[in-house]
Amino acid sequence: MDKTLKSGLWVLIAILGASALGGIAINRGENINALWFIVAALCIYSLAYRFYAAWIAATVLAVDFTRATPAERLENGRDFIPTHKWIVFGHHFAAIAGPGPLVGPTLAAQFGYLPGTLWILVGAVLGGCVQDMVTLFLSTRRDAKSLGQMAKDELGALGGTAALIATFSIMIILIAVLGLIVVNAMKHSPWATFTVSATIPIAMIVGVYMRYLRPGQVLEASAIGVCLLLLSVVGGRNVAEHETLRLLFDHEGLTLAWSIMIYGFAAAILPVWLLLAPRDYLSTYIKIGTITLLAVAILLLQPSIKMPAITEFIDGSGPIFGGKLFPFVFITIACGAISGFHSLISSGTTPKLLSNERDIVMIGYGGMLLESFVAIMAMIAATVLDPGVYFAINSSAGIVGSNTIDAVTKISAWGYPVTVEQMQNLAQQMGESTLFARTGGAPSLAVGMASIFGKAFGDGLLAIWYHFAIMFEAIFILTTLDAGTRVGRFMLQDILGNIWPKMGETSWTPSVIFTSSIVVAGWGYFLYIGVIDPNGGVNILWPLFGIANQMLAAIALSVGTGILVKSGKLKYAGITGLPLTWLVIITSTAAWQKITSPDIRIGFFSAANDLAEKLASGTLPAAKASIAPQLILNLQLDAWITLFFVSLLWLIIIDMLRVCWRSIAGKPVLPSTESKHMQSRLLDAWIRD
Amino acid sequence: MTIPKLKYFWQIIRRLSGDDAYEVYLKNFHNEHCHHDSTECSKPLSKGEFFKQWQDEKWQGIKRCC
Repeated sequence: MDKTLKSGLWVLIAILGASALGGIAINRGENINALWFIVAALCIYSLAYRFYAAWIAATVLAVDFTRATPAERLENGRDFIPTHKWIVFGHHFAAIAGPGPLVGPTLAAQFGYLPGTLWILVGAVLGGCVQDMVTLFLSTRRDAKSLGQMAKDELGALGGTAALIATFSIMIILIAVLGLIVVNAMKHSPWATFTVSATIPIAMIVGVYMRYLRPGQVLEASAIGVCLLLLSVVGGRNVAEHETLRLLFDHEGLTLAWSIMIYGFAAAILPVWLLLAPRDYLSTYIKIGTITLLAVAILLLQPSIKMPAITEFIDGSGPIFGGKLFPFVFITIACGAISGFHSLISSGTTPKLLSNERDIVMIGYGGMLLESFVAIMAMIAATVLDPGVYFAINSSAGIVGSNTIDAVTKISAWGYPVTVEQMQNLAQQMGESTLFARTGGAPSLAVGMASIFGKAFGDGLLAIWYHFAIMFEAIFILTTLDAGTRVGRFMLQDILGNIWPKMGETSWTPSVIFTSSIVVAGWGYFLYIGVIDPNGGVNILWPLFGIANQMLAAIALSVGTGILVKSGKLKYAGITGLPLTWLVIITSTAAWQKITSPDIRIGFFSAANDLAEKLASGTLPAAKASIAPQLILNLQLDAWITLFFVSLLWLIIIDMLRVCWRSIAGKPVLPSTESKHMQSRLLDAWIRD
Repeated sequence: MTIPKLKYFWQIIRRLSGDDAYEVYLKNFHNEHCHHDSTECSKPLSKGEFFKQWQDEKWQGIKRCC
């Protein structure tokens, strides 16, 4: 294409993107079409990819397409395999895209659509994508080493230990909060509980099929599994309407929490082929298929956004979680903007497949752009709901009252009208007995998705669409739960193996049972406390998860910044240093507020003290008084954990600054562990097509 | 869409899902272990054996995010 024409095209994209973004930012008081979100996002992503990512790759990282990657040099036909870039992209995206980019924006919509949308766009192009791409590059240059190993090799033992502790901690909190989301989606919903439960035997059928009946026939087995899953969604209605069967699947949150803990333990000790691997196949297909379907539906339907651009809850009084817009919108939306967890995939896993360094931009930066786009779609799905409905679903009984009339009165008084009849009709359409106080984000997202799917593809199937959306969210939440518990088990076995080598044997049954029990007990405790929390639990666990995830991102960006400075690229250190600085500011501020705020909806200690005073004075209702000692202990524990996270973060930052300062001052630092240049032999091979 | 393009698309789907993992292994095995000048060529794993090992190895580390 002619150079002038190209430039003109990019100018047009810039003007279109600025107009779309300006439109959604300036709009007040009128419904805005969701298409503007899509246009703004696509234009910003295109510009960032074409110019910023390309500049970082060419100038800062100096990617070298003639250099053999670890996949080529260490090819073994198993994990190190040079692979076509689109296939690596698919693997990478399937690995990084979990429930986070769906749940975070849904919760953050309490501030209105604008703050979350801006953070998703800006955070992704300047932070999340850069983190993923730089980490992928650094790991590729270091024989596909993990983040923890790179931190240890390049910064020192402190960095490596911090990465290990942070990874283990985030895993525990993540699983607890994800478990809570599933529990809240299944609570007193026989249809949802049946559908989610059915995923377990279906995964096992697929596992047995692939192992014994037709070994290795992944596509064939997965197709059978997907058909069975869809049947379970449809069949769930019959179970819910059956007088006897519905009782088997109609449970309180606590019963479901215990069931999930038992399931998590079983999944961690069962062979991989029986449950974990087949479930992952199914969840990956469902995930990619549903996200594509949602994008198509939004494009076809072009729904109107009903949530205001900004709500009054930016002052910290939000019903879903307490805390002001700054810093809590940045903590609530982690995965759609910047997620430290991605750095664990970008190092160690994806580099083993990368056939050429040139693909780092597309896979590292582009993969995160797509994840950010998923978060934009989740924001759309949450904000197309009437705000009154959105708040009625997501506000806990502890905030708006357990009586439905009280709840609608309170929510309507905020300026978001909703009626009991409206909620009853909606629940009936969705095949549920009630949608009040279904906290956690999953049910409201499912209602939003169902209404979009229903309008785009047929209104008569709303209940099916709703339960399909619940199954879609639950299946990969449970995959993360399985995989996370298993990884936690391996990490614990590794640590204990240093004390007693026998415990380090991953197949020694006593060690497997012991370490799995410890990991399940860890996340199970937080899940239990979340379930019994009268305010829904998500208000406590999600910010804690956000802080932990951003802390891991800070570790990854510290490694990136440290290596850039050590490599003599101080003038470019800002590409990782600036997002790092922002993360340190928001994480430290959020942690400070969670620890010290006198507001009992924000500060852990103040909430614990308030509860203790009420318990001592006998002003608590009997039901709450009976669980108050546990709630007090948990709030105090949460405060100490937050303090631990932020202390760890600052230790890493100080350590990174120490390494940078020594490098700039010409003092000895740990040598670079970058592997030597070897000419690629794959430049003309088919994988470069 | 022409037949070669459909075949190419199918190849991508198979590679993405791991459906052709055993074929990749066999190809690599023959390249690495059965050179022309090699006096002996050890036997590769059966499809069932390979698939079990492949799945176990695949889930040794952090493979899924949040």
